[in-house]
Amino acid sequence: MERLEILKTYKIYIGGQFPRTESGRFYPLKNKKGDVIANICLSSRKDFRNAVVAARGAFGGWSSRAAFNRSQILYRIAEMLEGRKEQFFSELVTQGLTAKTAQEEVTLSVDRLVYYAGWCDKYQAILSSVNPVASSHFNFSMPEPTGIVAIIAPEESSLLGLVTAIAPIIAGGNTCVVLASESKPLCAVTFAEVLNSSDLPGGVVNILTGNSAELHSHFSSHMDVNAVTYFRKDKKEITTIRENAALNVKRIFVYDNLELVSDKAQSPYLIFDAQEIKTTWHPIENIGSAKAGY
Amino acid sequence: MSTRIILPDFRNTPAVDQVGIEERVARFTTRSIKKSSKQHGLKLVLNMIDLTTLEGKDTEGKVKQMCYKAAHLHDVIPGLPTVAAVCVYPTMVKTAKDALKGTSVKVASVSTAFPSGQSTREIKISDTKFAVENGADEVDMVISRGEFLKGNYNYVFDEIAEIKEACGAARLKVIFETGELSTLDNVRRASEIAMYAGADFIKTSTGKISPAATMPVTLVMLEAIRDYYYKTGRMVGMKPAGGISTAKAALHYLVMVKETLGGGWLTNQWFRFGASSLANDVLMQIAKETTGIYQSADYFSKD
Repeated sequence: MERLEILKTYKIYIGGQFPRTESGRFYPLKNKKGDVIANICLSSRKDFRNAVVAARGAFGGWSSRAAFNRSQILYRIAEMLEGRKEQFFSELVTQGLTAKTAQEEVTLSVDRLVYYAGWCDKYQAILSSVNPVASSHFNFSMPEPTGIVAIIAPEESSLLGLVTAIAPIIAGGNTCVVLASESKPLCAVTFAEVLNSSDLPGGVVNILTGNSAELHSHFSSHMDVNAVTYFRKDKKEITTIRENAALNVKRIFVYDNLELVSDKAQSPYLIFDAQEIKTTWHPIENIGSAKAGY
Repeated sequence: MSTRIILPDFRNTPAVDQVGIEERVARFTTRSIKKSSKQHGLKLVLNMIDLTTLEGKDTEGKVKQMCYKAAHLHDVIPGLPTVAAVCVYPTMVKTAKDALKGTSVKVASVSTAFPSGQSTREIKISDTKFAVENGADEVDMVISRGEFLKGNYNYVFDEIAEIKEACGAARLKVIFETGELSTLDNVRRASEIAMYAGADFIKTSTGKISPAATMPVTLVMLEAIRDYYYKTGRMVGMKPAGGISTAKAALHYLVMVKETLGGGWLTNQWFRFGASSLANDVLMQIAKETTGIYQSADYFSKD
């Protein structure tokens, strides 16, 4: 008897778990020939809300980890991704890439994770400063993670776009909720499995699949979200996001012309975008004068 | 002339069907409460909260701050109720009473060597009297769980009756610490002892032991209240405390009260939530319903 192939159920990733969308909705994903490959969760605003709760819960632990440890975990994600190259490769091909570009996309994704793993314990030193001030204070500024970042990932790239969007955010100690590509969602769900098996605490990265037109206003209006990064080109959505952001003064970053495959799509400045600068004035003795200040 | 109530033999309280209780509880969580009924329910929950601070590190400042919150939950939204009461240690009763002057918020005080209840009868009574003399409207006592588990039910009964006497006009809530009673049968028995001994409220937990209030335990207690009411015609209040921190869970409790005891118990005279973090979650839900936007704890005062 011929064996029936077991098809994978593509679910979303919230707080280290793989639930189906609470709404029960889905959309069929078709290949070039028009055959249905999989049913994908059409996430609702309540899934987003649950994901934000998970991200908020994970923020304290993740942001207070040693930078070196975050680096180890990012490197671990790269290792796990490397080990599952074949699966990502075949999914990318199923979603319409040629074998060559698919191969490139997977290796570049691994390399990008390693790149940001390297930056984890270095960006603070580069972005910090000791500031000259006129009074008797030791004055220094240093970056701290912004909080929860809601990400609307690139539409045209299934894996590389996702990695490019997520890596700098978590390298900087933030937690995030990501909306994956709607037309190419397969790798997002498989990437969630990689994250889940790589020492990354649940809730640090939460991945939803679904429709940006439906969700972008909730991504930008939620009061517990501290920043939104947007990787698509829809001018109307960008306007809405900027308007909604005024509610709690979210940081908004629109990367609408990032060349994902080039080196320009990876930079410590992408980590810097989701950081807040904290400046400390520490009183010291009057060092400028000839005699003691007391 | 008062009606005579014949005391039952507490060794023979009805056994509780644990599986049945759990099945019944599961049903309560499936009710869908939306829109205006949700709004109404959430405001009712706020009005039933005993805002609580029972920590070794409590100070007058902390208590005053909490009292302000009790009377001004979230002034940004007009028309919100106050909470029912604040719940503090006896030494803080005076501070709370002064801070709440002119509001309808009551002051409840724990007593009887809360939370362990390991002390002598005299100390427990003077503890209670001290709270009442300082102005406590309600007293939350703990039962002697050790004596109860030994089977010394008369001791537990007498103790509750004596504390009730010491309370005078203050309403008495009796805490069982159900997390230490280990079986639902014991919870049922403790409920009956407390009610027959004169409790105005029965309460699940101190909040210091896990598990604290759970839905099955609360249902067993509600059913005991119902049966007691049928037998004697006296209403007794219920207060689940500890572990209820979300608005959704609180609504489930209201459903359970309504479907077990009826609408007569759906006021803060007969039902309370002992909680510290529940209020903010309910406020966030109310704000979400009014503005349509998901809220953040950053914009609500801590209590």
